[in-house]
Amino acid sequence: MKYEAVIGMEVHVELNTQSKVFCGCSTKFDAPANTNVCPICLGMPGVLPVINKRAVELSVAVGIALNCTISRWSKMDRKNYFYPDLAKNYQISQYDLPLCANGCLEIQVNGSTKRIGITRAHLEEDTARNTHTIGGGDSGVDFNRCGVPLLEIVTEPDIRSAEEAYAYLTSLKQILRYLDVSDCNMEEGSLRAEANISIRPVGSKEFGSKTEVKNVASFSGVQKAIDFEIARQQQVIEGGGQVVQETRGWDADKGITFSQRAKESAHDYRYFPEPDLVPLVVDEAWEAQIAATLPELPRARKARFVSQYQLSEYDSGVLTAERPMADYYETTVQCGVPAKPAANWIMGDLQALLTEHKLEIGACKVTPENLASMIALIEDGTISGKIAKDLLPELFATGKSAKALVEEKGLVQISDTSELEAVAREIIASNPGPVADFRGGKEKALGFLVGQMMKATKGKANPQMANDIIRKELAKTE
Amino acid sequence: MSNSWYEKTALEIRDAVRAKKVSALEVTDSCLKRIEEVDGKLLAFIDVWADAARKQAQAVDAKIAAGKDPGPLAGVPIGVKDVLCTKEGTTTCCSKILKGYRSPFDATVIERLAEAGAVFPGKLNMDEFAMGSSTENSSIQRTRNPWNLDCVPGGSSGGSAAAVAGHECAVALGSDTGGSIRQPAACCGCVGIKPTYGRVSRYGLVAFASSLDQIGPFTKDVTDCALVMNTIFGRDPKDSTSADIPVPDFTKALTPAVKGLRLGLPKEYYTDALGAEMRDKIQAAIKVLESLGAEIVEVSLPHTDYAIATYYIICTAEASANLARFDGVRYGYRAPGVANVDEMYRKTKSEAYGHEVRRRIMLGTYVLSSGYYDAYYLKAQKVRSLIRRDFMDAFKQCDVIVTPTSPTPAFKIGEKTADPLEMYLSDIYTISVNLAGIPGLSMPCGLTASGLPAGLQIMAKPFDEETLLRVAYTYEQKRGFEMGMPAALRG
Ligand SMILES: [Zn+2]
Repeated sequence: MKYEAVIGMEVHVELNTQSKVFCGCSTKFDAPANTNVCPICLGMPGVLPVINKRAVELSVAVGIALNCTISRWSKMDRKNYFYPDLAKNYQISQYDLPLCANGCLEIQVNGSTKRIGITRAHLEEDTARNTHTIGGGDSGVDFNRCGVPLLEIVTEPDIRSAEEAYAYLTSLKQILRYLDVSDCNMEEGSLRAEANISIRPVGSKEFGSKTEVKNVASFSGVQKAIDFEIARQQQVIEGGGQVVQETRGWDADKGITFSQRAKESAHDYRYFPEPDLVPLVVDEAWEAQIAATLPELPRARKARFVSQYQLSEYDSGVLTAERPMADYYETTVQCGVPAKPAANWIMGDLQALLTEHKLEIGACKVTPENLASMIALIEDGTISGKIAKDLLPELFATGKSAKALVEEKGLVQISDTSELEAVAREIIASNPGPVADFRGGKEKALGFLVGQMMKATKGKANPQMANDIIRKELAKTE
Repeated sequence: MSNSWYEKTALEIRDAVRAKKVSALEVTDSCLKRIEEVDGKLLAFIDVWADAARKQAQAVDAKIAAGKDPGPLAGVPIGVKDVLCTKEGTTTCCSKILKGYRSPFDATVIERLAEAGAVFPGKLNMDEFAMGSSTENSSIQRTRNPWNLDCVPGGSSGGSAAAVAGHECAVALGSDTGGSIRQPAACCGCVGIKPTYGRVSRYGLVAFASSLDQIGPFTKDVTDCALVMNTIFGRDPKDSTSADIPVPDFTKALTPAVKGLRLGLPKEYYTDALGAEMRDKIQAAIKVLESLGAEIVEVSLPHTDYAIATYYIICTAEASANLARFDGVRYGYRAPGVANVDEMYRKTKSEAYGHEVRRRIMLGTYVLSSGYYDAYYLKAQKVRSLIRRDFMDAFKQCDVIVTPTSPTPAFKIGEKTADPLEMYLSDIYTISVNLAGIPGLSMPCGLTASGLPAGLQIMAKPFDEETLLRVAYTYEQKRGFEMGMPAALRG
């Protein structure tokens, strides 16, 4: 029998607000334990939450970007369970009226587009971080993370393969980064992904029992875990067994999922409306105001790069993968240099330097204006491309302007005819062999002679002129 | 005269202090001495802050000496129910689970009163976590009624009511979730108001039932009530449920004028459940207002019968979550000798909570459980809306509603502790006010034959405390008697 996988994703992203969602504490990630805390996020007696308006705005921005309907009227609810990572032993979350619902995200897999439904995106508070000493003993709780705003984004069970799940996560992360609502750093836990996986015979309308895979540290890990789960479930069913509905962890070293908690022991969270907060009202005007702040999203921008700059699909995709890179490119082009060379320089030499030095484009010392002026120097023949290749690492290291460095180092291309004629005559005189070869009909020898010219001028000779002039000189002295 | 500053009203004290006729320190000393003399009988205070209170009084005196405005409550001693967070002393809600807990901050009401020049002599007894109607659920002590030491002071703010009635402090703060200010005020013969929900910031009030809780004052008369309301009312950015509605000068509402005002008498409140003696007292009070030109209108609050059930579902549900944080992890009591975290939760809570608190947590957990939520919690919310609508409909026909505060006067200590349902009935006339979110005030309307105070309750439209005060003030001026010194404390 042939099976198909039915997968839904739940993604938690920490929103990068300055302060926590219900108090004024900082959300900074790596502060010493229990320093970003106050009576409110510690759940002291007598405190009350006050919702962070910015967290609502960021959530709504995500909702709009994911084509969701933004609730005009929603509310916060209490999710009750006892665990030391919750200061109040309830989490303020959203239950039946999420802020954003019924959206979709289009992904591309193997060149075709697929629409993944977004069931909901709701705002809640993050929990504290528990630490345990190995081998038992004391446990500690760090409340720095407790109360950091968290957006939970849940898809419909529309995903059919690990590859699609990977594409979904990549695309979602790209949008979240474009919106600048989260760092999306899986290692620091600012993005966490869980997959709900079941399989069913192809053509069946019913769902099989699902497992939930949690605590995976990377997108590729999620992809592998899903592939593993699909195979495992198929094996269970084909062996006459039944898939147990449960939560499973992912062992990245062994490449397997393992049972963590059976669903029977699942909590009854006893949700009820949070009486300490008033209903969340997002009227049309506020939604429009937030919508107006949204940047052009990656898919639209990529399409525009193809049409506006006549770049290939591939190049446009690379340049628009991250918003700062796309911004960098556009600023460079807006300085008046042609689109294609700009793309080549950024994706080629500049990207190589960034990779080598493990830097983000935002930290690059070469400003787009400076890169544009370097490209302009090539375009107007002041320097050669070869000189520029040598020049870029220095611009990268020093942040100096291209013009200044070219003048400082005397790298201006030699385009003076008489100077180049003199060099050409010298080269002809000192290389009788290749000269004879050329005159004997070996065109190739010309390349050697031009190379000698470049060498003699330390690369500064205008290559086209060098070529023309040595040809003329060879003709003259014949 | 100078020996009896403790007997004065807040208005008298602040006027005298501001006019330099007496120092705030003298008033405070008088009050502290009074506590020393009578609190052994009343057991209203659980903690007396003599040194801190004197320092606060000296600061007020220093302000006056420097020619600065000492505030509208300069030198007024205000006792604090132990449910309010104070940096001074401990904040325990009279529960073993918070024994020794010191709050890192002052409640917004405490900040505002301190700013207004008030002096805080100490913390007052209450039912554990404000759950009860007799203050017998305190883990610390049983407060006595100043009119009869064998009787309860009412609850849950019994310490606050007894302290004001016993002249230990001019004013006390209480909290009212289902009648916890008005019922003890009625039992002890003082004035107590539960403001409109949202009028007073709840920041620093340890939550029992968040959608019902309001802080309010106990005072010796209606004027003092208005005076304190002027200071503690108003929007607080720390409490999202506090209303952004302007606060008038409530003392301006204190005019004896009820001519043409319509007093609504809900027929569902005047039934056989109300004792004959209580009924007579209330009717006499209504007669006084009628004689001054008020119009009497019979109104109906048809969902009254469902109020107690509705209240106990909603308040216990909210309480079950509000009290979850007392788990022994970060502060308060932690059971010793536990093997794991689940055992720590179980033992800590079992050992530290009293019976009534445990009962309500279990009830609240039950009504929120999956499979029961719709039948209990959700239905209760719907009935709550109907109860609120009853009041809004009634207020189309009348300006205030006048009822008894409690079906009986104060009962004997120990009389109702064995029967929680009997105890819950003490609040049948007060809880609807919390469910509807409207303001309600209780004031004395005489003594019963056995010498216990009877309480008159006046309710008004949301945010219409001015009309409520006007009716209360008029009655107080024209009722023709003074409450005087409670019997058990007379010379
Ligand atoms: Zn905080």
